[in-house]
Amino acid sequence: MADEPTIWISGRLVEKIRAHGAETYPHECCGALLGRDSGVVAGSDPNKDALNAEREILELLPLVNRRDDSPHNRFSVTADDVRAAEKAAREHGLDVVGWYHSHPDHPARPSQYDRDHAWPWYSYIIVSVQKGAPQDMTSWRLTDNREGFSPEGIEIRHRAAV
Amino acid sequence: MPVKVMIPSPLRSYAGKRDSAEFNVRTVGEALGRLTTEFADLRKHLFTEDGKLRSFVNVYVNDEDIRYLAKENTPTKDGDTISIIPSIAGGVEGYNRHCERGEEPLFGFLDAAAS
Repeated sequence: MADEPTIWISGRLVEKIRAHGAETYPHECCGALLGRDSGVVAGSDPNKDALNAEREILELLPLVNRRDDSPHNRFSVTADDVRAAEKAAREHGLDVVGWYHSHPDHPARPSQYDRDHAWPWYSYIIVSVQKGAPQDMTSWRLTDNREGFSPEGIEIRHRAAV
Repeated sequence: MPVKVMIPSPLRSYAGKRDSAEFNVRTVGEALGRLTTEFADLRKHLFTEDGKLRSFVNVYVNDEDIRYLAKENTPTKDGDTISIIPSIAGGVEGYNRHCERGEEPLFGFLDAAAS
């Protein structure tokens, strides 16, 4: 899709997300996406920013799913975890540009629950894990009006470490 | 010396790219009111339609969560820093519950957004 924003990520990090989803199955995994987004300083229209910006995921921070009452179908990252992730990102000269989680035995598409709890701007990567085996991976961004998600392309980029 | 409100990364696009804003106010509620008056597009991401702070929006005065203080009536003094900190949640429950009832999944809005 020509007008679809794209995130760049290395094959190593893609495998790391998939492995995390398999490791925590049948529970949901979650973690922070650390990287850079050129749109942080460019333009003024959030939608145009998303299309024009180059967003690259350069590191992951796997996190503990805090929803221990229902970890098979929900995940939660607390405010303290978010602050810790932001601190870790700053120490690497990066920003928290999104979050990943798994959908055990469900498609890699956001649920209404995902939408109701989503923030704009962040990339939300979802990996489907079927019977313990990671399958499709998708990425999404909340629309400005909070009424849905727009899909993002995932491009594998091979590059030297940060 | 006014109160400083720190704006988190996901909301800066709606606040003129700024990472903070300063207001002369006496409570957290006043500060958030001024912020969302100046930057109206922020409102729907911070508040529900009936004007309550969304459950995943956490507000701190200096390092204290306002849920354990006086919530939006928490008083502020000059030089305080108000931080808006996201918490992140999601999961498959909505999809799960719907499919168990044998209904169409809830993804019509997604298809509309993707088209």
